Amino acid sequence: MRKILVGIKRVVDYNVRIRVKPDNSGVVLDGVKMSVNPFDEIALEEALRIRERGEAEEIVAVSIGPDDAQQQLRTALAMGADRAILVKHDGMLEPLTVAKTLMAIVSREQPELVILGKQAIDDDNSQATQMLSALWDRPQVTCASKVEIKGNTLSVVREVDAGLETLEVDLPAVISADLRLNEPRYVKLPDIMKAKKKPLDVVEFASLNVATPGQLTATHYEPPKARAKGVMVKDVAELISALKNKGLV
Amino acid sequence: MHKLLIIAEHDGEKLNASISRCVTAARQISDVHVTVAVLAADPSAVAAQAAALTGVDAVITVAAAANAHAVAAIWAPQVVALVRGGYSHVWGPSTSFGKDLMPRVAALLDVNQISDLMAVDSAHTFKRPIYAGNAIITVQVAAGSVVVATVRTASFEAAPAGGNAAISAVSVDASLPTHTRFVSIAQAKSDRPDLQTAPKVVSGGRALGSAENFKIIFSLAEKMGAAVGASRAAVDAGYAPNELQVGQTGKIIAPQLYMAVGISGAIQHLTGIKDAKTIVAINKDAEAPIFEVADIGLVADLFDVVPQIEKALAG
Ligand SMILES: Cc1cc2nc3c(=O)[nH]c(=O)nc-3n(C[C@H](O)[C@H](O)[C@H](O)COP(=O)(O)OP(=O)(O)OC[C@H]3O[C@@H](n4cnc5c(N)ncnc54)[C@H](O)[C@@H]3O)c2cc1C
Ligand SMILES: Nc1ncnc2c1ncn2[C@@H]1O[C@H](COP(=O)(O)O)[C@@H](O)[C@H]1O
Repeated sequence: MRKILVGIKRVVDYNVRIRVKPDNSGVVLDGVKMSVNPFDEIALEEALRIRERGEAEEIVAVSIGPDDAQQQLRTALAMGADRAILVKHDGMLEPLTVAKTLMAIVSREQPELVILGKQAIDDDNSQATQMLSALWDRPQVTCASKVEIKGNTLSVVREVDAGLETLEVDLPAVISADLRLNEPRYVKLPDIMKAKKKPLDVVEFASLNVATPGQLTATHYEPPKARAKGVMVKDVAELISALKNKGLV
Repeated sequence: MHKLLIIAEHDGEKLNASISRCVTAARQISDVHVTVAVLAADPSAVAAQAAALTGVDAVITVAAAANAHAVAAIWAPQVVALVRGGYSHVWGPSTSFGKDLMPRVAALLDVNQISDLMAVDSAHTFKRPIYAGNAIITVQVAAGSVVVATVRTASFEAAPAGGNAAISAVSVDASLPTHTRFVSIAQAKSDRPDLQTAPKVVSGGRALGSAENFKIIFSLAEKMGAAVGASRAAVDAGYAPNELQVGQTGKIIAPQLYMAVGISGAIQHLTGIKDAKTIVAINKDAEAPIFEVADIGLVADLFDVVPQIEKALAG
């Protein structure tokens, strides 16, 4: 395989506790730690392993987002991606716009494999993989936990509600990484230095001529309903009687 | 009148329990006609179950050998052909089935999808969670575009039996790809209650320490007639199979009773249990965040108290 494209989304770090703005217009993002979407690290790690096995030659990391997303692309380059593309876009992005933008990059780059994350942990949409593969008219395999390349086909195990499903698909294809696909490597300091010299192209979103329907509008943000304060019991006897009172045992 | 199509999830024999929850969500739109579509090799049994749900107005079936397994790339063009026949809404459950299929349908229809729809405000206005459920947004769909959505099943009750909808077979004109082939599914057959629908769930975390130790969770669950769940840490470590993971990236459940044993209560885990009626937490660390959401908390070593609970329930 010549080329693998990997999606790298800049998201609020998974350790941050998100708060809704008092005026319900959005969530507080000022000064919040930003990171690579954790599933995208897994996606990239899988691409790196495929390349290290000699089954791919080049890995291109792509992000659609603000100028600051260059930081996350540098992280991807430090992990081992060969080059990066930032499609510069400020503001909200609908899932279909993300997919169409990725499709524009796919048309330019002609990869044999695209690996995205199972979901972006900010919007929790879980749509880009399915949409991109639909637009490209190619196979999709979501929630991959094992990927094997057999010539021009992929054998992929995916995590589904019932257990583990195996699909066989022809390349090119789009897959999304689930948690147990691999454990991403840590970046080492020398790699961060080296990454500074790797190519990072910045493309203006407008130059791609992606149609943006603007069909979904978020009109109101609110915090989830708080749960009522609970009670502490001191031993098993008290626990059992509390459960009996509620008719639960 | 809104015409809403629900795509049935099933295993060839049984309609998945998530579908009756989609029906409940759909009925919250006023002036709606609800149709369930059953794509299968032989849809008859599943179609009969769908027709028997209260709130279903019609059932349509698409029988084809290629529909024996729910392969998104094969089902999506058929669903699109059905929708083009005149539906304003097309919904699926927010299960691994619906999450795989519906965005592909949406892209082919050139619209966005609403993921994890949790409340219906009107035919074009809905609520959904973002940031692992730490914020709830109201989304408005532009008038005139087909509303494609996955329904967060934990947010809606099951529609009761008692319906009697007419079933009709339809044929669709769609070319099906051969680039994606179903190979196999490995599923643990068990007599335990199903995690997604069970009224009671006992879940174990990293604290269990080994697959061997995790057996005490299975044993307690059996005593209580409960399903078994697990934290991501317990699944990653191989103590429990992946299909038992509860949380943002696992299953989102709403049982009457959720018992978290040796689970710290990370944001990603809590997302999966926020709608549980009663949460019980057993943890030896009084500062564990799970106690912030627990209705009943017990600070104790699980290896001491789990056997005691089992004994108390037996006696
Ligand atoms: C992108 C992403 C997605 C994720 N998705 C999920 C998800 O869907 N579901 C999920 O669960 N997690 C998810 N996680 C992981 C999550 O952040 C936590 O790491 C995980 O939930 C921790 O599991 P745990 O509570 O079992 O382990 P720990 O956090 O290690 O907690 C173990 C707890 O057991 C207690 N304990 C230890 N020994 C005993 C004892 N003998 N008796 C009683 N208590 C004891 C400890 O005090 C501690 O509180 C996700 C993380 C990321 C980054
Ligand atoms: N703005 C973006 N830039 C790059 N990749 C993205 C972007 N949005 C989504 N993706 C990719 O698509 C995956 C699924 O995202 P989503 O469908 O938004 O949950 C992510 O894990 C990324 O790999």
